[in-house]
Amino acid sequence: MATTQTAPSSIHAHRASRRAQAKMSARDVNVFYGDKQALFDVALDIPAHHVTALIGPSGCGKSTFLRCLNRMNDVVDIARVEGDITMDGGDIYALDVVELRARVGMVFQKPNPFPKSIFDNVAYGPRIHGLAQDRDELGEIVFTSLEKAGLLDEVRDRLDQPGTGLSGGQQQRLCIARAIAVNPEVILMDEPCSALDPIATARIEELIDELREHYTIVIVTHSMQQAARVSQRTAFLHLGELVEVGDTQDIFTNPRDERTQGYITGRFG
Amino acid sequence: MQTLILTIVLLALTAAGFRLGRRRALALAGGRPKDLSALPRYYGVYVALWVFVPAVAVLAVWYALEPSVLHALVVGGLPPELQALPEAELGLLYSDIRNAVALGTTPDDSAIAAAVAHYRSLSASAPLGLGALALAVTLAGGGIGLRLVSPQLRARRSVETVVRALLLVSSTIAVFTTIGIVLSLLFEAVRFFRLVPITEFLFGLEWSPQTAIRPDQVGSTGAFGAGPVFAGTALISVIAMAVAAPVGLLSAIYMAEYAPKRARAVLKPLLEILAGIPTVVYGFFAALTVAPFIRGFGSSLGLDVASESALAAGAVMGVMIIPFVSSLSDDAIAAVPNSLREGAYGLGATRSETIRQVILPAALPGIVGGLLLGVSRAIGETMIVVMAAGLAANLTANPFDAVTTVTVQIVTLLTGDQEFDSAKTLAAFALGLMLFLVTLVLNVIALYVVRRYREQYE
Repeated sequence: MATTQTAPSSIHAHRASRRAQAKMSARDVNVFYGDKQALFDVALDIPAHHVTALIGPSGCGKSTFLRCLNRMNDVVDIARVEGDITMDGGDIYALDVVELRARVGMVFQKPNPFPKSIFDNVAYGPRIHGLAQDRDELGEIVFTSLEKAGLLDEVRDRLDQPGTGLSGGQQQRLCIARAIAVNPEVILMDEPCSALDPIATARIEELIDELREHYTIVIVTHSMQQAARVSQRTAFLHLGELVEVGDTQDIFTNPRDERTQGYITGRFG
Repeated sequence: MQTLILTIVLLALTAAGFRLGRRRALALAGGRPKDLSALPRYYGVYVALWVFVPAVAVLAVWYALEPSVLHALVVGGLPPELQALPEAELGLLYSDIRNAVALGTTPDDSAIAAAVAHYRSLSASAPLGLGALALAVTLAGGGIGLRLVSPQLRARRSVETVVRALLLVSSTIAVFTTIGIVLSLLFEAVRFFRLVPITEFLFGLEWSPQTAIRPDQVGSTGAFGAGPVFAGTALISVIAMAVAAPVGLLSAIYMAEYAPKRARAVLKPLLEILAGIPTVVYGFFAALTVAPFIRGFGSSLGLDVASESALAAGAVMGVMIIPFVSSLSDDAIAAVPNSLREGAYGLGATRSETIRQVILPAALPGIVGGLLLGVSRAIGETMIVVMAAGLAANLTANPFDAVTTVTVQIVTLLTGDQEFDSAKTLAAFALGLMLFLVTLVLNVIALYVVRRYREQYE
């Protein structure tokens, strides 16, 4: 993607003030699944209007960390999360979990449209949060969201058909539209392209780049090429520890840690 | 007794066949099992099957034909004037002969006494003949089996074929039983519909299945309009589902979505115990505990409640059906992929919103299937309604009245001494056929719905 090569120089200039402008910030985060510790003292800032990529080998804890940011681990009985996670400086555990998840949306690894019509899939979030006064406004939100997700032209004539009838790539964009419809500030993406073919993947990657203008994005990915293409910041996790975090270009061209170097050059992972 | 001895001998010969077959195979291979095309024990099984299967076939044919052969021989030995009797009287005479044989008496009539003696001698020699025949077949089979054994024989493949045939026969037994039941219902029902027009049976509103046994009997002409009976069944089923559907579904939701693991581990088996309680126990619970309670409660409100109310029977039946509904709904809810739950949570939905708006719609086909199976249980349930619902064929929608159901009527029509050609008795078959058709349709719909649902997520 040509567009991914833009930002680095401006990011360098702002590096010093990053902690201040971080949209979300994690400190000393430890996560346990039963007796097993999945994350060890992870500290990471998520800068606003950037795409932050979390990379690392399977089981390194990148999805676990992502799910801390919208307290998705709350629904897992055996999971325990310790540490400070803030959004705009406020503790996310001080927020009502429902409000937090409205502000921090999520897109999952496998497209998971509800067994409802395309329209109702996108309208679901606005409906439960009461974002629309009337039908017209709801329709407006749905159309804008589908538009932003780049799906509107493909589904305009069949909004009343089931979302599960779309192709895999379309389903994933539907899920992105569904997340956008709530008008979140942050969008978490958990390997959003791993179930998609290369063309659908390219489509989603373009979309992620466009969405950066309005949203802060955190993406977990298995593909280092994808991290390089879509993100401005990259964090490398290994065995539950945050090994290295930095500007994507630095991480891929000049990793400081030996383990990062090993992973990105394909020696393990 | 003779059958037992035959069986033991046959099993012993089968075992011997196994040993001989194995030994012969090994001997042919010069004691090197590797030169055989199957393991030695397969040759043993091969020969044993040759011993066993033909003998069993002969025995089966013998037992199937024995009575009619005996009948033909004994009747054939009767004097010509007795043979010339009408068929019905001849049948009576033959059963007299059989009774005399069974009781060990000698009738006065010399012709019949001769027939009895004839019967005795035939049935005394029968086991000998059968034994000899079975033994001959067994030995012949064993001999053929042993001759066929050779190192090249694909005994393993042959055994496989026999196993397949055995499995096929077992699985068709159920199918043929069903077909047999349906056919017997159908033929008897057709006989009934010759006496009573089918339209009157289906749409008639008066049910009073008393027919005159003697021509001079008073007042019992019989009315076979099954409308009130169907209505009673429907009323009780509706009451039962009104109890079972909400309770079963809500408890399934609690089990699947809310209950902590430990509570689930205790509650689920407890709930399923309900399905294991004998229906007769439910029946007297309904008749002796629930019905008087409802009657007392109703009269305290100034309502007139029959002591055998549809409400009591239906409510208890509903409790019986709860585990069916909850268990199938639980499966359906558990089969909804977790990704849908997370998708809803991720949008900020609360737990009950997620369940109502995402999980239940996704699980709906499975839940509907469970409910339909529950309905077909309710329609076919017998013991509870026999004990608690009463016999009066009232056409009513009032749950405090006594009503009767199809199953109760079948039971009453067929208990006690019956003529098997009266409209009263045949009516039971017509009712049974209706019951069968309705539950069959419900089950087919339920299975179809459930299967469609499965295809969606796998």
